[in-house]
Amino acid sequence: MISDDYLKYPKRRYGMDHDRYDWSELSKRKPIQWPGGARIALWVTVSLQWFPLDQQGKPFKPLGSLQTAYPDLRHYTLRDYGNRVGIYRIMKALERHAIRPSAPVNAAVAVRYPSLVREIASKGWELVGHGLDMDRLHYEGMPDEAAAITRSLETLRKFGKVRGWLSPAKSESHQTLDLLAQAGIEYVCDWVNDDLPFPMRAGGRALHAMPHSNDIEDATILLGFKHDEDELRDQWIDHFDLLYDEAAARGGRIMVLPLHSWVIGHPYRIGTLETVLAHIMKRPGIWPATGAEILDAWKKAAA
Amino acid sequence: MKRDPGYYDYLPYNKRPKIEWPNGARVAFWVAPNIEFYELEPPKNPTRISWPRPVPDVLAYSYRDYGNRAGFQRMMEAMDRCGVRGSVSLNVALCEHHPEIIRACAERGWEFYSHGTYNTRYTFNMSEAQERALIQDSIDTIKKHTGQKLDGWLAPALSYTENTLHLVAEMGLTYVCDLFHDDQPGPVKVRKGRLTSIPYSLEMNDAISFTVNWVTPRHYGDIIRRQFDRLYAEGAESGTVMCIPLHPYLIGQPYRMKAFEEALAYITGHDKVWLATGREIAKHFHDHYYDAFAKASEPIHDF
Repeated sequence: MISDDYLKYPKRRYGMDHDRYDWSELSKRKPIQWPGGARIALWVTVSLQWFPLDQQGKPFKPLGSLQTAYPDLRHYTLRDYGNRVGIYRIMKALERHAIRPSAPVNAAVAVRYPSLVREIASKGWELVGHGLDMDRLHYEGMPDEAAAITRSLETLRKFGKVRGWLSPAKSESHQTLDLLAQAGIEYVCDWVNDDLPFPMRAGGRALHAMPHSNDIEDATILLGFKHDEDELRDQWIDHFDLLYDEAAARGGRIMVLPLHSWVIGHPYRIGTLETVLAHIMKRPGIWPATGAEILDAWKKAAA
Repeated sequence: MKRDPGYYDYLPYNKRPKIEWPNGARVAFWVAPNIEFYELEPPKNPTRISWPRPVPDVLAYSYRDYGNRAGFQRMMEAMDRCGVRGSVSLNVALCEHHPEIIRACAERGWEFYSHGTYNTRYTFNMSEAQERALIQDSIDTIKKHTGQKLDGWLAPALSYTENTLHLVAEMGLTYVCDLFHDDQPGPVKVRKGRLTSIPYSLEMNDAISFTVNWVTPRHYGDIIRRQFDRLYAEGAESGTVMCIPLHPYLIGQPYRMKAFEEALAYITGHDKVWLATGREIAKHFHDHYYDAFAKASEPIHDF
């Protein structure tokens, strides 16, 4: 049986059941104007990740985790493939259209492969905090979360400015947002509830959520939903087409294309990215930008 | 525990009284958007946990919140363009949290029926008194916020007790969506009252299609057409029911909308389709066929 408290609803009230952000309908907000009158801000993100061989899987194993008994050389190396090979294919595909993405980078990648991180920073890619590695998730009870955030950001900031953050596996504790804001982070990519940025409350400091869809990621569609590359292409194109049309009537929209170098960077998959980028970039009114640039433009336009 | 829920007798599909829908329609077609509120930190139910990850499950929570902030509007506009009214499967606390959404539905003449208070409060393990309180809350909240009498029930997160259907009938509701044994309405054997089961559908449900069966958005459009074509053909002999249950957080994603709207327009482009609500279908069956169906049914002997 169950306690009568189960039928009590202390947070049954107008708006949300928490105080992190206010309830707001996308359709009722003032239309956003992007620079140059663009309809779509194209935000490509390329995650650079490292999955350690001695994986603990606490408190859960995210998509892409190692799977066999120790030592799982198979998955360890298949993920690391992204950092050695896959990323350079993506780089080429983006450079063809002069697209500078945002790159969430595990601190482990910056320490282990500094030449890679130096190269993307020198190309004007935005560096985004992405925790220590893919086995150190942020969750309620994570040991010394503040130190993990400080160390992640100190490591990455040796290579350039870091204004944004994507938690590994989009996992947070109750404190994560407050700690990130204290560490000078201006936006997070973990909350998938909107198509535009929105302000969050983080211990009295300014912090914004950026719309970094989980559904539309290469990893979610190919590995999670087990769709094939052609089906991925169709979904990215349908996603873009709808937002492009919607933007004509409702104001600027963001097309986010969240990539993983260990997923889309394979020879048989990279063509899908190239096809979709060509589809997008041939349209007028596309503004390829980094997350921080989009946030700055949104703040100006929404003010 | 029972081996047979005891809610219906056996009535073979090929030996039934003929159903005639209003105006000679072959198919009674209804769309049931599940408009839901999931709590960030729900209380524990002993037999079901709410979130796949530890609280706060930022990803799963915000994914569902997307439906209310962004997806609902897109879904509603597509339904408007196709001339389809919704029958809202409502977590009634949403009346307090997001009255704007309730108003938008009410203005369109949509029906509201209950899907419990929150989608994170399960009926499992409730006493009869507790479950009565849960149902009464729905009756009162829907009346207060929409002026409508509550007629239909779809248990929150499909969670039940052995009392559920008996209690909703006894408390004056007329139909339930929780039985998936048929493509036509049917009588439900309850202790008191007169209750009709109407076909809702898990096969056409976007949540099952996208998150259990992993279908692609374009294939979802295809299976909707195939389901309709067959029920439309069979409806020439005796009226059938087709339901599309939706979740704005799933169908309202930009990459899923277009294929869905095309399939919806395909259905509404046919003549002899009765664009109905759950209440209207249940009432027509109740007034004309309930007794004949009950009489034609063969008793089931427990085994």
